Amino acid sequence: MLEIKDLHWSLPSGEPIINGISCKTDGRLTVITGPNGGGKTTLAKLIAGVEKPTSGQILLDGEDITTLDITERAKKGVAYAFQQPVRFKGLTVRDLLELAAGGELDHGTLCGLLGKVGLCAEEYIDREMSSALSGGEAKRIEIATVLARHAKLSVFDEPEAGIDLWSFSRLVETFEEIRGSESGELVVISHQERILQIADDIIVVADGKIRIAGKREEILPALLQGEYTCACPKRMR
Amino acid sequence: MSDLLNLNFNDITGEMLKVISDYDTEKGFAGAYNIREDSQCAGRQNSANITITSKTDKPGIDITVKPFTKGETVFIPACVTHTAVDDLVYNDFYIGEGADVVIVAGCGVHNEGEEEARHNGIHRFFLEPNSSVLYKEKHIGTGDGAGLKKIDPVTECFLKENSRLEMDTIQLGGVDRSTRTTNAELGKNAKIIVRERIMTDNEEDAVTNFHVKLEGEDSGADLVSRSVARGNSHQAFYSVVEGDNRCTGHSACDAIIAENGKVDAQPALNAANVDAELIHEAAIGKIAGEQIMKLCSLGLTKEQAEEKIIEGFLK
Repeated sequence: MLEIKDLHWSLPSGEPIINGISCKTDGRLTVITGPNGGGKTTLAKLIAGVEKPTSGQILLDGEDITTLDITERAKKGVAYAFQQPVRFKGLTVRDLLELAAGGELDHGTLCGLLGKVGLCAEEYIDREMSSALSGGEAKRIEIATVLARHAKLSVFDEPEAGIDLWSFSRLVETFEEIRGSESGELVVISHQERILQIADDIIVVADGKIRIAGKREEILPALLQGEYTCACPKRMR
Repeated sequence: MSDLLNLNFNDITGEMLKVISDYDTEKGFAGAYNIREDSQCAGRQNSANITITSKTDKPGIDITVKPFTKGETVFIPACVTHTAVDDLVYNDFYIGEGADVVIVAGCGVHNEGEEEARHNGIHRFFLEPNSSVLYKEKHIGTGDGAGLKKIDPVTECFLKENSRLEMDTIQLGGVDRSTRTTNAELGKNAKIIVRERIMTDNEEDAVTNFHVKLEGEDSGADLVSRSVARGNSHQAFYSVVEGDNRCTGHSACDAIIAENGKVDAQPALNAANVDAELIHEAAIGKIAGEQIMKLCSLGLTKEQAEEKIIEGFLK
């Protein structure tokens, strides 16, 4: 379980981006949503350890991980799918998936992992994770590297960005499968209604704060209503 | 180990052969070979289709591949195993029409003394029409003597119509000084593909010179150099691709620098025909922070991430 206590983070210039976020994820799939520029990606980076908070605490299953760096958090069971996939000249898809899994993977496992993001292993395992891959392909491989970790807590930053409709459908199924299993907890940053619809909990972040949070059944109808009426979650008071 | 196969080389050569030319201590080389150790021949074998003969006017050998030979590999490793050796050798490869072979030409220099140890291999490739060669060259330097370990290969390539030469060269440390010179002249529809990977560390210095003349119609060149310069090492990449006909030429120099490493890249493209399509890419920089971050997010430490990125880059 992830618990965040009064988290703050500012840009080096001093401009505040995260302004005192506190929350607890009780469900198996929590979706963080909200307007662009509201602080969602920063919050994900703070959870993964890519950025260090100015103040506040982050607890994983009751253990304070605030001061741990990204490697230490990874070892504690935090996985993070970057919004913009990182490219590597020379490292292949297989290399990355095996690094993520912490050992060699047989062909069947590689097929299974890539299949979950709508890719055929035969075509991709020996390809470099370089700029020769399209944005959508790289994004799906990025997601597969997180799935390969079977982590205690997996954070996905806008997994839908840049991937086609068919792959997105498969991805939603994958999130549902993980949610249905007992293997780990998911935190997904997303604007997609289909992902919101499978959430246990929804947190709306705007202006670096939690605007509203709760069970999907309570939040989603109001969120969608708000979207249709005022087209801006910031205005949901 | 050499006794098993009735070969006459020392243990240092034996160890280097395993690295530079995948030598199997029990089975030996599968094919024709010539092992050069400290300027002498330490073993030679011909095959039905590949003949190796000593030159009579200067040190070196002629390797002749019969026309239409397919699927054979010839090994010509060269080792310098002690200090104060300045080995110069001229090797000429005559590849018959329609042949398709692999040539493995590694070089190792071991120096535990105070003076220089150097190997300078001058290789010439004559590819007849429709022939194809995969040329693999791996360089290493071993031994911790103060004397410099130097390898200075010169490769001259003459490619006739429809022939293809693929060069896969690698130097991963231990060589104090190296100057690699590769010149090629391509006939009609001939292709040259070069993959070079170099890692330097400490005070090492490596210079690469490519000069490719695309003379024949529809000839093509693809030169890709990937290098890593660490410590106080220095590397230089100079390439000239000349397009004198309708042709395609691509060269790329991709370098990672770390610590106090230095890399110079000076690519040149000379086009003398409106249908010559020549491209060059060059990039020099440190390992991107986001790459390290991504691998750390998979549980690697910063140091492990850097090693893995370099290992992949030079793979």
